Amino acid sequence: MNAPLLKVSALQAWYGESHVLHGVDLHVDEGEMICILGRNGMGKTTTLRTIMGILRKRSGGIEFAGQDMMSVPLHKTARAGLGFIPEERGIFASLSVEENLMLPPKVAEGGMSVEEIYELFPNLRERRTSPGTKLSGGEQQMLALARILRTGARCLLLDEPTEGLAPVIIQAIGEVLVKLKQRGMTVVLVEQNFRFAAKVADRFYLMDHGRMTAEFPVRDLPQRMDLLHRELGV
Amino acid sequence: MAGKSEPIPSEAIAVHPKAGQIQLGLVALALVAALLAPQFLYPIFLMKLLAFALFASAFNLLLGYTGLLSFGHATFFGGAAYFTAHAVKIWGWPPEAGLALGVAGAAVLGLVMGAIAIRRQGIYFAMITLALSQMFFFFCIQASFTHGEDGIQSVPRGHLFGLIDLHDPMNMYYFVLAVFVIGLLIIWRFVNSPFGMILKSIRENEQRAISLGYSVARYKLGAFVMSAALAGLAGGLKALIFQFATLTDVTWQMSGEVILMTLLGGIGTLAGPIFGAGLVVTLQNYLATSDFPVTIITGLVFMTCVLLFRRGLVGEFFASKTGRRLGFRSGS
Amino acid sequence: MTMIFGIPLQALMGQLLVGLINGSFYALLSLGLAVIFGLLRVINFAHGAQYMLGAFTALLLLTVAGVNYWLALILAPLIVGLLAALVERTMLSRLYNLDPLYGLLFTFGLALAIEGTFRYFYGASGKPYAPPAQLSGAVNLGFMFLPIYRGWVVIASLAVCIAVWLLIEKTKLGAYLRAATENPVLVQAFGVNVPLLLTLTYALGAGLAAFAGVLAAPIYQVSPLMGSNLIIIVFAVVVVGGMGSILGAIVTGYLLGVVEGLTKVFYPEASNIVIFVIMAIVLILRPAGLFGKEA
Repeated sequence: MNAPLLKVSALQAWYGESHVLHGVDLHVDEGEMICILGRNGMGKTTTLRTIMGILRKRSGGIEFAGQDMMSVPLHKTARAGLGFIPEERGIFASLSVEENLMLPPKVAEGGMSVEEIYELFPNLRERRTSPGTKLSGGEQQMLALARILRTGARCLLLDEPTEGLAPVIIQAIGEVLVKLKQRGMTVVLVEQNFRFAAKVADRFYLMDHGRMTAEFPVRDLPQRMDLLHRELGV
Repeated sequence: MAGKSEPIPSEAIAVHPKAGQIQLGLVALALVAALLAPQFLYPIFLMKLLAFALFASAFNLLLGYTGLLSFGHATFFGGAAYFTAHAVKIWGWPPEAGLALGVAGAAVLGLVMGAIAIRRQGIYFAMITLALSQMFFFFCIQASFTHGEDGIQSVPRGHLFGLIDLHDPMNMYYFVLAVFVIGLLIIWRFVNSPFGMILKSIRENEQRAISLGYSVARYKLGAFVMSAALAGLAGGLKALIFQFATLTDVTWQMSGEVILMTLLGGIGTLAGPIFGAGLVVTLQNYLATSDFPVTIITGLVFMTCVLLFRRGLVGEFFASKTGRRLGFRSGS
Repeated sequence: MTMIFGIPLQALMGQLLVGLINGSFYALLSLGLAVIFGLLRVINFAHGAQYMLGAFTALLLLTVAGVNYWLALILAPLIVGLLAALVERTMLSRLYNLDPLYGLLFTFGLALAIEGTFRYFYGASGKPYAPPAQLSGAVNLGFMFLPIYRGWVVIASLAVCIAVWLLIEKTKLGAYLRAATENPVLVQAFGVNVPLLLTLTYALGAGLAAFAGVLAAPIYQVSPLMGSNLIIIVFAVVVVGGMGSILGAIVTGYLLGVVEGLTKVFYPEASNIVIFVIMAIVLILRPAGLFGKEA
């Protein structure tokens, strides 16, 4: 069996004095889409930020494509092939839509071309000279996704893409994720909406108070519904 | 705005049970030393030290306790020097009245400058005070009563309350010491008053203070005027000590000097500015006779302090082992 | 003799030109300050010293190496920019996590150290620097004589201001800068070397100041003190304009320069302080500044 593309072992992290991750273990194989579930404040976003290297007070192991990422500075992490799409999307107000799209530098071959992106997201082509933040929430999410797809990143760290969006947009995002999977993209998804996640993810982790408490493939989801109802309160 | 993970340090908090007594002991020791000092050191030098120590302490009231960096305190210091000098020399007022005029004048200047500058915060506040202070500097160059480049010279010290001849250096020294102690007591009282407590809460969390209903602008202005008035007291003193008032006292370089004294000594500590002033005045005295460029040293000390000694001498002492054993802790 | 508002046209035009020239320097310098502040959140008190360094570098290049004005216009900003990059890399960058007042205090100390050094070696008096032969002399416009060098100063500063504006608003590098101003961490997470961007930005700001210094040398003479009083006026200009926009800094610079020039004609006693007075008024009426975005 091949080594996983991303392997996280005993990851701990601190915000200042506050100990937020207490030993997170997860792995993702190339082409897999995993989803981290959990209530608010349990450490899901923190996990992504720590893997990416935005949160630097950390210990443990992060291995990506065979490379140890712990000592890699933040501005070199993307070059290894990791792409980060934050919860707040991070669209820049002082840049146009197209400038936002072109901003992240190319890190590898194999990324989508600008034409392909505009085909996948026709709205973005229409609005490409508008200031980035004039887009609707859903369009901004598309843009945040699109600009990373351009770079050739191999693994996306995607934080709550469906939050605050209308069902129609959520469906569109789901379709995009499925298309990405078909192209062989690896994705670490953080989601509260597990019904959405169930349609796209291969495997789930459940997170509680800074560590993983459960792991199961998507086909086991029906058996795990009780657990999820309890843990996620839905 | 970039993260403010390390704010300007606040005052040292005494936590040791005997700390109060230790502090009192140190103060008593300092007082005795001050009373005996003119036997060993030149009174003029000591008086200069005391005047600048008061100036720096007044400045620290604004920076250390309210968190506002003013780059224009020379206006209050030098302005008061002019007012006092003019009153005593031209109008023949007694020294205590001249000082009072200096204080009042500085307070008015503080009210005007503060009212304008308070409208912005942080870095803008500093720049505005600098610009307004420069405006006052240009005014002083042109105004007739300041006599421009010559300044007001041969200011008589007069008789305190009509009785004590201040031309006697010992009399003058003890008068300056008394004023200094009174000034410090005022600061100490102010900082520990309800007004001072509210200022502290504003510095620590302004949004919260606003939500609690405090008129933050008014409190900041109050602190500003207080700081200006006390800086004016120091300036008026200086005019009487050296018996002249000059343009040098209203320049931005003078504003920079008082910032340096406070930074070097320890922002937000009561003793810090006194030590800082002492150090800077001593250094200047020492370098005055040599060929050494004071500006370069000042600049380098500033840079070093900001990079390495942000808590200042006293702050670093409080944070050190000895300081903690004595019961002090540098809060932040 | 033509009169306008009781002032001879010649005098008015002459002062207007002086106002435009001063405005050119105000614009260049407040542009540099705004660029540095936008990304680094540091008020660069050393800006005046870097302006002075530019002028002195031009002077030294000429007297020691025989390098002419035109080359100095390019070399001086490069040299000063390099030195500034060094300072940023080794010292200034350590202060970014702190209260921005420390940046102001550090650069204040830097300014004192630089000026003190030059004052020590060169004294306080100004040294002459001749304008290049191609730009000396004057042109008769009919209503006034226009010294060619002074006309050149206005054109050159305008050109540079526009070039910087284009760089920031229309290029990829400018996009990196604008994005990093909003969210430096995210831009770094995209793989952009933001720390290097910060260094380059500080160097650019310092280089702009140095360029202004070279422009100023033939007009104001080269003195160690030439930067310090100027920088305070530029602070006032920046407060009036608001730090929010690059364009705002440029426009306000020229505007206030012209206003100052006109004040000298109609009410000379106030010309020193008119910019400060305007600053006070703007603060009372519109604290964010004329073009400011943040309150």
